[in-house]
Amino acid sequence: MALLEARDISKRFAGITALDDVSLDVEAGEPVGLIGPNGAGKTTFFNCLLGLLRPDGGRVVFDGRNITRMPVYKRARLGFGRTFQRIELFSGMTVRDHLLVAERAHRGTASLWKDMLNLSRATTEEIEKADATLELLGLLDYANRPIESCGLGRGRLVEVGRALMTEPKLLLLDEPSSGLDRVETEELVTTLQSVQRERGTAILLVEHDVEMVQSFVSRLYVLDFGTLIASGTTAEVLGDATVRKAYLGEYV
Amino acid sequence: MTDLITYVLRGIPFGCVFALVAIGLVLTYKTSGVFNLAFGAQAYVSAAVYYDTHVRHKWPIIPAFVLAVLVFGPLVGLVLDRLIFRFMRTAPHVARLVAALGLLVAIPQLVNLWFGQSPSFGVEGIWPSSQGSNFAVYHFGDYALNGDQVATLIATAVVVIGLTALFRFSDIGLRMRAVVESARMTELSGINAGRVGTIAWMLSSLVAGLAGVLLAPLFAQVSATNFTVLIVAAIAAAAFGGLTSIPLTLLGGILLGVAQGLLGGYLPPASVLAQGLRPSLPFVALFLLLIFWPSLRNRREVTDPLAGVDPPPPGLAALERSRGLTWATRIFALIVLAIAIPFVLSSNYWLLLGTEAVILSTIFLSIVVITGMAGQISLCQATFAAIGAFTTAQLVSNYHVSVMITILAGAAMAAVVGALLAIPVLRLGGIYLALATFAFALMFESVLVPLDWVGGGANPIKVPRPKFAGIDFANNKSFFFLCIAILAVVSVLVIFVRGGTIGRYLDALRGSETAAQAIGVNPTRARIIAFSLSAGIAGLGGGLLATQTGIAQPADYNSFLGLFWVVLVVTLGSRTVEGAVQAGVAFYVVDEILKRIGINQSWQPILFGLGAMTYAKHPEGILEFQKRQSLAFVQRHLDRMKRRGAPAEPAGADEAGAVAPTPAQPSSERVGAD
Repeated sequence: MALLEARDISKRFAGITALDDVSLDVEAGEPVGLIGPNGAGKTTFFNCLLGLLRPDGGRVVFDGRNITRMPVYKRARLGFGRTFQRIELFSGMTVRDHLLVAERAHRGTASLWKDMLNLSRATTEEIEKADATLELLGLLDYANRPIESCGLGRGRLVEVGRALMTEPKLLLLDEPSSGLDRVETEELVTTLQSVQRERGTAILLVEHDVEMVQSFVSRLYVLDFGTLIASGTTAEVLGDATVRKAYLGEYV
Repeated sequence: MTDLITYVLRGIPFGCVFALVAIGLVLTYKTSGVFNLAFGAQAYVSAAVYYDTHVRHKWPIIPAFVLAVLVFGPLVGLVLDRLIFRFMRTAPHVARLVAALGLLVAIPQLVNLWFGQSPSFGVEGIWPSSQGSNFAVYHFGDYALNGDQVATLIATAVVVIGLTALFRFSDIGLRMRAVVESARMTELSGINAGRVGTIAWMLSSLVAGLAGVLLAPLFAQVSATNFTVLIVAAIAAAAFGGLTSIPLTLLGGILLGVAQGLLGGYLPPASVLAQGLRPSLPFVALFLLLIFWPSLRNRREVTDPLAGVDPPPPGLAALERSRGLTWATRIFALIVLAIAIPFVLSSNYWLLLGTEAVILSTIFLSIVVITGMAGQISLCQATFAAIGAFTTAQLVSNYHVSVMITILAGAAMAAVVGALLAIPVLRLGGIYLALATFAFALMFESVLVPLDWVGGGANPIKVPRPKFAGIDFANNKSFFFLCIAILAVVSVLVIFVRGGTIGRYLDALRGSETAAQAIGVNPTRARIIAFSLSAGIAGLGGGLLATQTGIAQPADYNSFLGLFWVVLVVTLGSRTVEGAVQAGVAFYVVDEILKRIGINQSWQPILFGLGAMTYAKHPEGILEFQKRQSLAFVQRHLDRMKRRGAPAEPAGADEAGAVAPTPAQPSSERVGAD
């Protein structure tokens, strides 16, 4: 059974069908891409998976559990990690703090009593774990910097690091290359590939940048006007005539 | 049957009054995005001008009306927009709410500096009549209306029709709405957002002025409190209209007026319900509307689609400092204490002020928790203090429990009430949370406090000083040290919680709620804990205050005083323990200084009220900001000296952060970046 199974997801907004019976599978440890032109419903689908939107029909099964109606924070604890298209960081915190708070949060343990007795400072173990992740992402030199000093590219890496601290089984990346230049995108891809290799995390990549997707994923889904128009291995899908016509056009 | 019609008809003019103010609120909200809590205060300006010219100086009605409404009304709007709100067009909603809150505190005091505190009876309306507008009675069949009521009905009709037409048909109406959605987008399409905003403020302020002059005759005298309480009824009506629909707001106002008329007519006048429920109906209505009204429940605050072009919010100034500097500031604090404590102990007068300042600082720590840490504006902290005080008083007088235990029981009670209140209210967030907590505060004050088993009714309950561990704290000096000890314990708790798991969850939620949820933070739970902790701290402080004064007096926990507390803490520093202590001390010291140098003491609320404007730019508090700035400055110099002294030192020495600029960079540039 696949790690993530989205079955027949539908979503309507005021008469417009944004998603029409979209199904998608991600196997454990596998990098999968979801592409589509603007307005295809990628973000809507993504939000349905994450629980930010409630689908009108269909179900989302993760690790054998039906999570269609589960609140966002509980999904995170089950093993959903995500990054944002417009980066969402915690201002006023250092880079390392971002990782430490994620480490705590995904366990869902917080006790006011412990806090009041000063028993919940970050432990050495937690700091080591955070630093190992920072190392993997090449962020260790910036660990004590305030987050405001990070640019977009590094900010996105911090988001990846924060998501990794929640020990995700599946990492959902929402247009991670948006706002990055070629060089930054390439660096990001290299980093993500090493993350995927070392941690064995499954990745669902929602992207615009076909070149980036191509270099990274093994399977691809294509969404257009709220319906799935193609799926299969990357080479198959990109060779498909309808896909080329509907989406890629003069892109390739 | 005729009774019913009479009551309904009697309610309608009142309802129109609510509606008029409510429409003004909706207008300001629609055209400037500010939920203008100071609207009542603006109305008060015109009412005071009208009273002063027409009644005191015997001007005829028309020139007095023109000056008060047509000149002063727009003028106030112009001043507010040019001096304050034009800088806030892209500020978060909560920052704008805090600014309005500051004005609510400051404007009435400013007016009173000129108008005088003396009672001003014999208010007259604008309806021309030889016997005074109140006495000109017009009969419509079996029913009668007086001149003021007729004037209100006509004015409401004119305002409703005029504004509806403005928004529906006119170009400027459309532009006003566009500016609220996104001032930047509007500018990009070639519209001067600044000018549209100014016109919007002048217009809404004109409505405020008109409402002020029309409302004045309803009260026995012209006083700021009447206008600020009235605003709550208006908020309820505005909530009925979902804060956007003018016709629904009108309907909401009229329904509220009619409901009040019916309650007044049918309830036996001496019953608890009539005494408690009737005056508090608007508060109850607002509270219930905020929680259950669907158009508000599913509402999302408008977010500027161009918000991303904003520079990131100013980070807190220089968090990193060397160990030496940290110790230096600690030693400095100890020196200040070493001077202050003997001074306070030197006289009974200062001892009294000192003890109250310490207790108030404890209460203010509750604002540090809810506003500084959780980022929410709660306007019922004084109510939690009252709950603590009354619980303490009731337990002591009825069950003769030891006072120290009852104070803790009071804190626990406040924490429980806080948690129960948090569950429905916290979901609202932002300005709605502030409004709901304010409604709760007023509800508590008007319904529960007068009851015997809560506030003690007509005779406030006495509370003795605690006595334990062989010490009788009836002695003022030992009680002072007890209060300091309690403040120290609570401070340490707050610091621990801030650095602990919950504190970091709250930091994360303040930074980005979606991102915090995406890593597994349960926002509701974290905030309920913060709210309840905050309520508990306020309750503890309230109980202490009651033993300090020896009596649990409702006036000490007045909800308007509570508004001032929030403004004060937010101005001076809501993120830190020092901020709370500074605010607690400032509350008494500034007052004292003004008294000694012979300046009117109402300058204190004016100063802090206007100081709240800085919240938008420095959410950590202006004093806190200055302190960090100067520490950063000292730190830079220290670093530079160190580098000169030991040029061979490796660069790793200031790995801690970007505090020290390289000499090539002009230091002024760094200040902003820190």
